[in-house]
Amino acid sequence: MIIQYALRRVVAAIPVLLGILLVTFVLARVIPGDPCRAILGEKATEAVCSKFIEAKGLNKPIIVQFGIYAKDMISGNLGDSYRLGMPVTRLLIERLPTTFELSLAALIVSVILGIPLGIISAVKHNTWLDVGTMVWANVGVSMPVFWLGLMLAYIFSLTLKGTPFWLPPSGRVSPEIISTPFYQVWGWTLPESGLWSAFLNFSGRLNILNALLTQNWALLKDSIAHLILPAFALGTIPMAIVARMTRSTMLDALGQDYIRTARAKGLREIAIVFRHAFRNSLLPLVTVIGLSFGGLLGGAVLTETVFGLSGVGRTLFEAITARDYGVVQTFTLIIAVGFVIINLLVDISYVYLDPRVRLK
Amino acid sequence: MTADANAVLNSEVVAKKSLSMWQIALRRLIRRRSAVAGLAILGLMIFIAIFAPVLAPYDPTLSMLDANPPQRIKARTAPCIHLLGCPADQPQHLAGIDGNIRDQFSRLLYGARLSLIVGISTVTFAIIIGTILGAIAGYVGGRVDNIIMRVMDVLLAFPSLLLAIAIVSVLGPGLINALIAIGIVSIPAYARVMRASVLSVREMEFVLATRALGGNDWQILFQRILPNALTPLIVQGTLGIASAILDAAALSFLGLGAQPPTPEWGSMLGAERNQVFTAPHLVFYPGLMIMLTVLSFNLIGDGLRDAMDPRLFHS
Repeated sequence: MIIQYALRRVVAAIPVLLGILLVTFVLARVIPGDPCRAILGEKATEAVCSKFIEAKGLNKPIIVQFGIYAKDMISGNLGDSYRLGMPVTRLLIERLPTTFELSLAALIVSVILGIPLGIISAVKHNTWLDVGTMVWANVGVSMPVFWLGLMLAYIFSLTLKGTPFWLPPSGRVSPEIISTPFYQVWGWTLPESGLWSAFLNFSGRLNILNALLTQNWALLKDSIAHLILPAFALGTIPMAIVARMTRSTMLDALGQDYIRTARAKGLREIAIVFRHAFRNSLLPLVTVIGLSFGGLLGGAVLTETVFGLSGVGRTLFEAITARDYGVVQTFTLIIAVGFVIINLLVDISYVYLDPRVRLK
Repeated sequence: MTADANAVLNSEVVAKKSLSMWQIALRRLIRRRSAVAGLAILGLMIFIAIFAPVLAPYDPTLSMLDANPPQRIKARTAPCIHLLGCPADQPQHLAGIDGNIRDQFSRLLYGARLSLIVGISTVTFAIIIGTILGAIAGYVGGRVDNIIMRVMDVLLAFPSLLLAIAIVSVLGPGLINALIAIGIVSIPAYARVMRASVLSVREMEFVLATRALGGNDWQILFQRILPNALTPLIVQGTLGIASAILDAAALSFLGLGAQPPTPEWGSMLGAERNQVFTAPHLVFYPGLMIMLTVLSFNLIGDGLRDAMDPRLFHS
């Protein structure tokens, strides 16, 4: 039953994935100038270009070109960055961990702070606590990410300098801290290429995970210190959204008959709030959290700019301004596909959270 | 109760109260404190935007070195407010001096014009296109519906700011192109709202009645269906202005939107972001203005959603 439902959702996502492929394909065709120099750079010679056009089938009908592009992308042949002179796959492995850590931290901030704030607000409905939380949540969703980031950096890196609350204003890790990937510490040899190598390379660059695996506590402390400000800058908007959503769904749930029944049974208030009301307000909450991933990825461009992190967002932005279309195409594609997959997971998680969904 | 009796009852209710839906909504809106706060902030911003030339002490693009009389003042000087103890022999600059020796206070005031225009024009553009697409999709249905909504799904699959950045990169940086990009990115939300409304109203009796009376598709769409879809569109639009202003500020911050010396809050902030430690006033005030403007639309939008909820009418 669950598998059937999941399969149906996956099939429904296929047209969207094809559409995304089409959009990123069109993106490289509508830019002014010839596609060869757009992808290989202005300095590409005639000979290089004619070879490139032959290889990519750029002289073939447009529909065939799209077929070649789709085949390349699906088989993992993601092309090169002319600006940085390396395969896009390698660039992705280098830059993705930063963004992954950042968005995950922001998501944790938003969920861990947003849900309790919303619950407190709903339980203490119409008290000063509720009003205060909601005023704060409204201000939170209205703040520009880049402004909040800069202000946090000003407060924590400059004003609080010399106090234990000081936090670093930029970068992922201090220069004096050395991070050795766990596979090296464990004496594994990294394969030349392939998925396993990519995976090891990727996870070795996740500083916090790597610090835990290699028991490098200095690295752990330093990475977390560097992550706090960006995570709060990026996580504040989703935190406010989560708090508001939790409050309204909790208020809905707390007004239901089964809550009165639970009270009449003499259940403790804490059990009523968590086991009865909260469980039933999870569904819209998961939707909102899933949707906020899109905002996180957009906000990552701004957060990474403010905090000097070279993650996917910043790389994509730099590639766009430098017209490095090989990177633009692939990174946009990866982000959009990631977004679709997250929404798919959210859809499928409904089945676990609410058995009624299965019947539809 | 029969349908006839219902109709009689309804007409009596309408006759007794004689308040339109809009009047009721407005009354309920101004009963909410947060919405009133939003209206007050927005009113202030509109006032600033209209009277910027009167309120601003200097031209927003004028260097203080060329002012009359010329002021020998250093770039990024902190605010000087006479009331707060700044010596009276120094020229007053309420929000300090920016990197190009311009009066930031004047620039902040003029920025209100741009932000309001940006928010309202992009959302108007998106509502017009989105409404037409959503109406066609919902009304015609079938394959047309499928194609339009799948295209909308694809647009929604990209994080909105990233898609806007990509569109600007194709069109070239600049305020107008940034507006177009944000407009395009916001279309799907309105198309979805409109389509949902059309679907829920299409089979209602009053639509069938119009058809029976010989009304054509356009009459049905514009006179019967659109008025019923207005409420969600207005709520979505108000909240949409808030996010459009944020996205436009973000594009300008990245250097893709308004270009210098245009006094735009996002680009003012972006130009001085590396000076945050030495001249925090150049980052703090533009961001504060963005936040207040966005906050006002968010508060009004939330208030409207509750005030216009038909389930809560007559309560």
